[in-house]
Amino acid sequence: MAVTTYIQAINQALAEEMERDPLTFVMGEDVVLSAFGATKGLIDKFGPNRVRNTPIAEAGFVGAAVGAAMAGTRPICEVEFASFFYCAFDQVCNQAAKLRYMSGGQARMPITFRCVYGAMGGAAAQHSETVYAQFLSVAGLKLVVPSNPSDMKGLLKSAIRDDNPVIVFEHGALGGHREEIPTGDHLVPLGKAAIKRVGEHVTVIAIGAMVPKAIKVADRLAKENISVEVVDPRTLIPLDEDAILSSVEKTNRAIVFDKGHLRGGAATDIAALIGEKGFDFLDGPVRRVTTLDVPIPFSPPLEKAALANEARLESAIRELVGR
Amino acid sequence: MDLGKELLLDMYRSMTRIRLFETQVRDLATANEIPGFVHVSIGEEASATGVCAALRKTDRITSTHRGHSHLIAKGGRLDRMMAELFGKRTGYCKGKGGSMHIVDFALGILGANGIVGAGLPIATGSALAAVIAGKDDVTACFFGDGASNEGTFHESLNLAAVWKLPVVFVCENNGFGEFTPMQTVTSVKDIAVRAKAFDIPGHIVDGNDVLEVYRYASEAIARARAGDGPTLLECKTYRWEGHVVGEQAFLGSGSYRADQEVSEWKARCPLIRFDKFAAESGKISVAELQKIRKETEVELEEAVKFARESPLPNVSEVTDDVFTD
Repeated sequence: MAVTTYIQAINQALAEEMERDPLTFVMGEDVVLSAFGATKGLIDKFGPNRVRNTPIAEAGFVGAAVGAAMAGTRPICEVEFASFFYCAFDQVCNQAAKLRYMSGGQARMPITFRCVYGAMGGAAAQHSETVYAQFLSVAGLKLVVPSNPSDMKGLLKSAIRDDNPVIVFEHGALGGHREEIPTGDHLVPLGKAAIKRVGEHVTVIAIGAMVPKAIKVADRLAKENISVEVVDPRTLIPLDEDAILSSVEKTNRAIVFDKGHLRGGAATDIAALIGEKGFDFLDGPVRRVTTLDVPIPFSPPLEKAALANEARLESAIRELVGR
Repeated sequence: MDLGKELLLDMYRSMTRIRLFETQVRDLATANEIPGFVHVSIGEEASATGVCAALRKTDRITSTHRGHSHLIAKGGRLDRMMAELFGKRTGYCKGKGGSMHIVDFALGILGANGIVGAGLPIATGSALAAVIAGKDDVTACFFGDGASNEGTFHESLNLAAVWKLPVVFVCENNGFGEFTPMQTVTSVKDIAVRAKAFDIPGHIVDGNDVLEVYRYASEAIARARAGDGPTLLECKTYRWEGHVVGEQAFLGSGSYRADQEVSEWKARCPLIRFDKFAAESGKISVAELQKIRKETEVELEEAVKFARESPLPNVSEVTDDVFTD
């Protein structure tokens, strides 16, 4: 075990996987100097052929990652901010996601996309959005939302080894989070949720950056004997339905806590799953605590008011358990 | 450049296969035996053929919504193509792709594509893969005049130029983006001049002259293979048929080109041009060309029979192949 930050975990995963497979390479916006530090130093280890700064031209370089994957290599493609995916939507949704199916299974698409998502303070609407929901209904993609350094490393390594297009969403505010993580070839499988805190009265399904916040709320409420179970799905596609439903079966109450928007969002998707397959377990309505359906505002008090937060989760829990 | 007889006959066979396949497909689509949107390349046989004849088997191509010609020129089988067009499970994509999406990785065909301009970055990435893997394979990227106004055209040419990638960008300028005349929506008369913006070579090529296409393509491919980077070729050509088979249903009484223009271009038919060349060269006899035509007719007849008699996909296959396990 070694103490590692979320960003260091990314760096280690990249370096280990690049070491492991010479056809793996990193491309993207500022990956040589690395704005957030995730790819720092890779240039020294692996050289300019395998660590490539791209122009700020998302459709072009995301599409190039698609072609490189189809032609037998294993690109790790960084789109600096998740909102920049909008510039490359065709290449992600029409090409990367669909070409295996459309080719009758001929195309292999081992691409890992990395991006920073979510509000981190004053970045305004075009650099603060939580965009994984936009990809939820595009069949053919896998979506990964690691909530801590250990999961980040293990999930990212699994994503890189996966032969499908995987988008790994890294929350900007988690970068400095540190914890002890396993050394050696630490892999976390895609599609396996983790119970991050065991509880009895209510299940909070928390996504990505909301997981540490949910744990904090759970800690506070434990002092009042309100027992909260925190389930971290870790990947949205594939989704560990069994883990979510078994938890709800135990607690009979469910809240989905997400930094994304409400309409058409990940929380809505998971709430529908519980409503459809876990209806008989429920003692009350499934609640969704999400960011308001507004573009993320710039001014700090407005930004704070828009985002899903601990206080709103706490009041949702209190309402649901009647305390 | 003195081309060997075998190569010349191969190119004639390729153009003949395209012409006969496309004519048959047009008729089958008109008769509603082929579902969906079908775009045929009649009149554009030479650009696909000349470029692919200059490629090695391990070289790769990307193609477009009007892609049958490229697939055939790269060695695609008519029977599996026809079966795909029919939506049959014996088709190249097990019936999941259709006319606009045929792929054959074994032949280096990374796929036709329904999105205009989408093949450009994919071809660029395919060329990047060769560099990463330390191989000298070249990728040829077919696209139309319409795609040259897409952002992906500019982004891809820039990226390929900056990284000196082994890719040849082949613009088949057939004069129209769907029903819109190219010159009404494009800032330049010749797409080839856009190469200047990326500091790469750009050439205007007679796209109906398979020998000229072959010469320019060979030079560009050799340059790419040597590590000197991309080239933009603009093959001037023309599609005889509409944008899509059955387009009159969309257009009603509307028209976007003059009959005279169509007949002028028909006079420049790539196959007639080749026949003339063959006669003048004295290297190839009429009988040899007729033999190729006859063989292709038989091949096509068998392809249609194969497609008609093949089974449709089993509905249980609908969820197969979304992910690689």
